Amino acid sequence: MSEEKKKSGLYELTKGFIKENPVFVTMLGMCPTLAVTTMASNGIGMGLATTFVLVCSNLVISLLKNIIPKAVRLPCFIVVIASFVTLIEFLMKGYLPELYSSLGLFLSLITVNCIILGRAEAFASKNGPVKSMLDGLGMGLGFTLALFLMGSVREILGAGTWFGIELHLPVTMTLFIMPAGGFFTLGVIIAVVNKLSKKKPPKELGCAACPNAAACPSYNKEGGKDE
Amino acid sequence: MNGLRVSPSPHRNGGLSTTKIMAAVIIALLPAAVMGCVYFGLRAAAVLLVTIVSAVAFEALFNVVTKREQTISDLSAVVTGLLLGMNLPASVPFYIPIIGSFVAIVIIKQLFGGIGQNFANPAIAARIVLMVSFSSHMTNWVVPYWYRDASSAADAVTGATPLAAGWLENGSGMMVSPFTLKEMFLGATGGCIGETCALALIIGGLFLIITGVISPATPVAFIGAFGVFTLLYTGSLTVTVYQLLAGGLMIGAFFMATDYATTPLTTSGKVVFGIGCALITFVIRQFGSFPEGVSFSILLMNLLTPYIDRLCTTSPLGAKKPEKAKEAAK
Repeated sequence: MSEEKKKSGLYELTKGFIKENPVFVTMLGMCPTLAVTTMASNGIGMGLATTFVLVCSNLVISLLKNIIPKAVRLPCFIVVIASFVTLIEFLMKGYLPELYSSLGLFLSLITVNCIILGRAEAFASKNGPVKSMLDGLGMGLGFTLALFLMGSVREILGAGTWFGIELHLPVTMTLFIMPAGGFFTLGVIIAVVNKLSKKKPPKELGCAACPNAAACPSYNKEGGKDE
Repeated sequence: MNGLRVSPSPHRNGGLSTTKIMAAVIIALLPAAVMGCVYFGLRAAAVLLVTIVSAVAFEALFNVVTKREQTISDLSAVVTGLLLGMNLPASVPFYIPIIGSFVAIVIIKQLFGGIGQNFANPAIAARIVLMVSFSSHMTNWVVPYWYRDASSAADAVTGATPLAAGWLENGSGMMVSPFTLKEMFLGATGGCIGETCALALIIGGLFLIITGVISPATPVAFIGAFGVFTLLYTGSLTVTVYQLLAGGLMIGAFFMATDYATTPLTTSGKVVFGIGCALITFVIRQFGSFPEGVSFSILLMNLLTPYIDRLCTTSPLGAKKPEKAKEAAK
């Protein structure tokens, strides 16, 4: 814990972008990630709505962390989160009715988005209000970035448009705006992120612990040197 | 004594290799491929060529990019390309086979670890991806011998497949199939390049069974169970034979439901696999919105293969009851 306390506010903000990106690294919030990303604009709308809820709920929960009894903390978190979701739902219904109708049910489902509850449990209930807000903002923006990426890929390849603007592509594949295409896109983006962040298996385990060791070309080539 | 080598069994190698098995599959597919080119013209041959070349090229390229051992010499990419090409209509624009090869080789096969590691049959999965992505091109069936009609300046003439074409009513109120059974058996009907000629596919399948490359369990269970289901449901032998010869049933049963990596290992598992395929195909054909369901049935059963394998293990001779083995494992 002492090590974590040394980390600066800037770190708490930026860790959500790539290093602990809620979608691509910690694999939270898969349901909205797959369901609403058929268009880039939906992705951004969903991401920003979630960011708003995350920042507000992190702030409130971190302020209340000493008042909420440990035994009933999850219901309390959910009540706080649900209040903000209701707020953003009414705001969006009033000012952005188009986005509201295209996000549909998934807007109310932000309440049970595991990113928000996860940050409340793992971060806001243990840290101060400023850091919690920065953490919420970073995680929310990372989530928005992920949804925007997914939405862009799927909208461009699947419908041949970007933010609704016709791109006049010669070929579009309907598959990408179908659920199966969402899984393909997510899988490929996660693979690329893993490659870019050069994630290696933990050293103390080595290649031998990997279930795919027998089939892995680098393991066969090096003959499991780590052992 | 210096020449003495100690090694675990097996000590004799039968000389069977992936390359030889794949070569046998290619030989078995050739009659149907040639018949497809006869019926659908040079255009069909061009589609097959594009699919095979692009499949091999993607495999080679992927191995180079990821610095893996080059595997194109095992001919598995050629088989995948040929199978995929035979599952396309002859009129598709050439970018469709190339996208299909990319999906089959890179996404379905190599990203899951290459040959033997794929969870689904690459050609089937690619065909379904193409089917849902380009449904208008993928259901643009060419009629056989369209190129003989010299007066026509069209690129290709299209018509319905035996499964999509409605049955016609003749004068006496009987329902008559749009194609005769002989046409269906020889393959002079609309459809994918390699799926129409049942005769050539059966010859190829028998070749594979006789040479021991595939086990007869899956095709017999698949075709047999499908025939039984259709016969029980429709009550007409003509309809049953028509359904057996139509669509991708023959190519699916002999060449795609027998893929080593994606189907069960044991004979009992293969029978379960075949019956499952037959049931799904039957349900999709009779009650679904798609006219054909062979590829969907094989893909779905591919996904169930690990569970079938777990349920259909064989017990070694003299083995103890499985309960004891479980206790030992604990």
